[in-house]
Amino acid sequence: MPAETASETVSVTGWGRTAPSAARLIRPRSYEEAVGAVRGCGARGGIPRGLGRAYGDAAQNAGGAVFDMTGLDRVHAIDAADGTVLCDAGVSLHRLMEVLLPLGWFVPVTPGTRYVTVGGAIGADIHGKNHHGSGSFSRHVLSLELLTADGSVRTVGHGTPLFDATAGGMGLTGVILTATVRLQPVETTYMAVDTERASDLDDLMARLTATDHLYRYSVAWIDLLARGAATGRAVLTRGDHAPLAALPARARSAPLSFRPSRLPPAPAFVPEGLLTRRTVGLFNKVWYRKAPRARTGELQRLSAFFHPLDGVPHWNRVYGRSGFVQYQFVVGHGEEDALRRIVGRIARRRCPSFLAVLKRFGEADPGWLSFPRPGWTLALDIPAALPGLGAFLDELDEEVAAADGRVYLAKDSRLRPDLLTAMYPRVDDFRALRAELDPRGVFVSDLARRLSL
Amino acid sequence: MKDAFGLPQSLLVLGGTSEIALATARRLIARRTRTVCLAGRPSPALESAAADLRALGADVRTVAFDALDPESHETVLGKVFAEGDIDLVLLAFGVLGDQAHDERDPVAAVRVAQTNYTGAVSSGLVAARALQSQGHGSLVVLSSVAGERARRANFIYGSSKAGLDAFAQGLGDALHGTGVHVMVVRPGFVRSKMTAGLAEAPLATTPEAVAAAVELGLRRRSETVWVPGVLRVVMSALRHVPRAVFRRLPV
Repeated sequence: MPAETASETVSVTGWGRTAPSAARLIRPRSYEEAVGAVRGCGARGGIPRGLGRAYGDAAQNAGGAVFDMTGLDRVHAIDAADGTVLCDAGVSLHRLMEVLLPLGWFVPVTPGTRYVTVGGAIGADIHGKNHHGSGSFSRHVLSLELLTADGSVRTVGHGTPLFDATAGGMGLTGVILTATVRLQPVETTYMAVDTERASDLDDLMARLTATDHLYRYSVAWIDLLARGAATGRAVLTRGDHAPLAALPARARSAPLSFRPSRLPPAPAFVPEGLLTRRTVGLFNKVWYRKAPRARTGELQRLSAFFHPLDGVPHWNRVYGRSGFVQYQFVVGHGEEDALRRIVGRIARRRCPSFLAVLKRFGEADPGWLSFPRPGWTLALDIPAALPGLGAFLDELDEEVAAADGRVYLAKDSRLRPDLLTAMYPRVDDFRALRAELDPRGVFVSDLARRLSL
Repeated sequence: MKDAFGLPQSLLVLGGTSEIALATARRLIARRTRTVCLAGRPSPALESAAADLRALGADVRTVAFDALDPESHETVLGKVFAEGDIDLVLLAFGVLGDQAHDERDPVAAVRVAQTNYTGAVSSGLVAARALQSQGHGSLVVLSSVAGERARRANFIYGSSKAGLDAFAQGLGDALHGTGVHVMVVRPGFVRSKMTAGLAEAPLATTPEAVAAAVELGLRRRSETVWVPGVLRVVMSALRHVPRAVFRRLPV
């Protein structure tokens, strides 16, 4: 019998805290409860949700059900010889790191936060600083179990059409219950990091193009408030897992310890307008100046290198009650001019953005709605209250679409629907598969409604 | 669905010939709105308003709706909501009446009250329930500064707007946490056909300015919007003026 699962109606937003909608939040504690929740979710359907780190409305479902999958969080089996893990989709990457690092294994791909679930990582087909060499998360997923609209559980192997629809499919093909993931071996929990400054955007792109292949991980923080000759100045941090031999004697006794520290959370109420051009401009200037011109082989804790913001729980509150928008796009190699134009426009517009990141993507993975493709990706946070922001981002969309690029659905909260097909040419295949797999439209989200996915 | 900036994709206007509503619709169509339903009494003006919005690229239809016939609201609006989610309901119908005439013609005065207040109570409740069951959406109610404190010169209209305003505020509180956002808009004197021929009050504004304030309020998820904004201060001062003085004010 499908078990009854407790549910309550709550207001739900993404990490950007914009566009709230109300849904019945259901937290299944077993696969049977998950099946029951999907079968009984009612006319307005349901959508799985992990730790709510998608910035926009991907894990919201107004008037329907939201399946909070973090209650299914068991790590079932670790093959410490081969380096694979079989776990529930509700397990966070943080938990995986706690379990796997002492055994000498690391997740194959991590975004800028550890607080995402494996299910969310597949649903958004996340990427990390190693995309240029390792691709997106789904490349390392050997198989998964998917609870589909008819209430059945299917084993979906890597490389099948259903897998490619699910990887990046934003939870709209079904609820991922478990996944088998191939891991990355590490000797220590330290990173050997090279830092250098780039004086402008062209310098930055030249450096990334010339030497990215020498590093497993690479990313550049970019100062989008710098103007004129300094437009696009940046700090590159690139590195790899430090080998045991690189550690000082003191650290060698526990090379695989993983105890990331956390500061107190951001306060629940933060006044609007803290992040202005002036404050953010000052922050950016200091951040750029304090970075070394060139430093090699610095040892950093893994969490400091990958997840600096995880140190401040609820950092998203600093944008006040209006919340913020994250804009991330990619344009292909050969479209450097488009990137220059967009960076120039953002700099001239003086968007107060202090968390802006530029990265060079490598080969794409086959997910139909998977975001990464070879080229340049820029991600920036902007307070949603900034006047005229909506129209400005629409203009950037035009540039991105004209350059054959796309914006990232896991971060989107405002894309104009008619640009979707240009950005994601396989969206029609996706819709067709959904029409067949889920004819009643059981799986639906605010994102899906907004963009007609 | 509304986007991160509160911009709706679908719009239902109750009072489809309201100049403020049409200015708002034009503004929203320029941004994200694709489907518009204009509800109002069937008339050439309603059809031509629809045609104007169609020319801007929206998918527009009209629906026969009469604020004075609350019995029909459930059916009429139910049908609109059954065809798809409505992201924004703009409750814009209202009549000004003719104070001097209506004071001598109580039936005419009651028509003002019924249109502006009881018509809004019934259609507002129907819309609120539909929005609540879809779990998202905004209900924007066009109130008026005239409802803030009744004036000798137009207390029949003013009292109807006072009732509407209080109703909408209470509804907003009732819907808090349901995903539905209720926003009360209090414009001052708006230059439009409704006020044509009247002496202009200080701080007069335009339908376009009200539309801009509505868009801003949607982005901020405001609960109360004054147009122009300075009226918030002016009216909070006026509210505390003693009756004996207020009565004599040339407002």
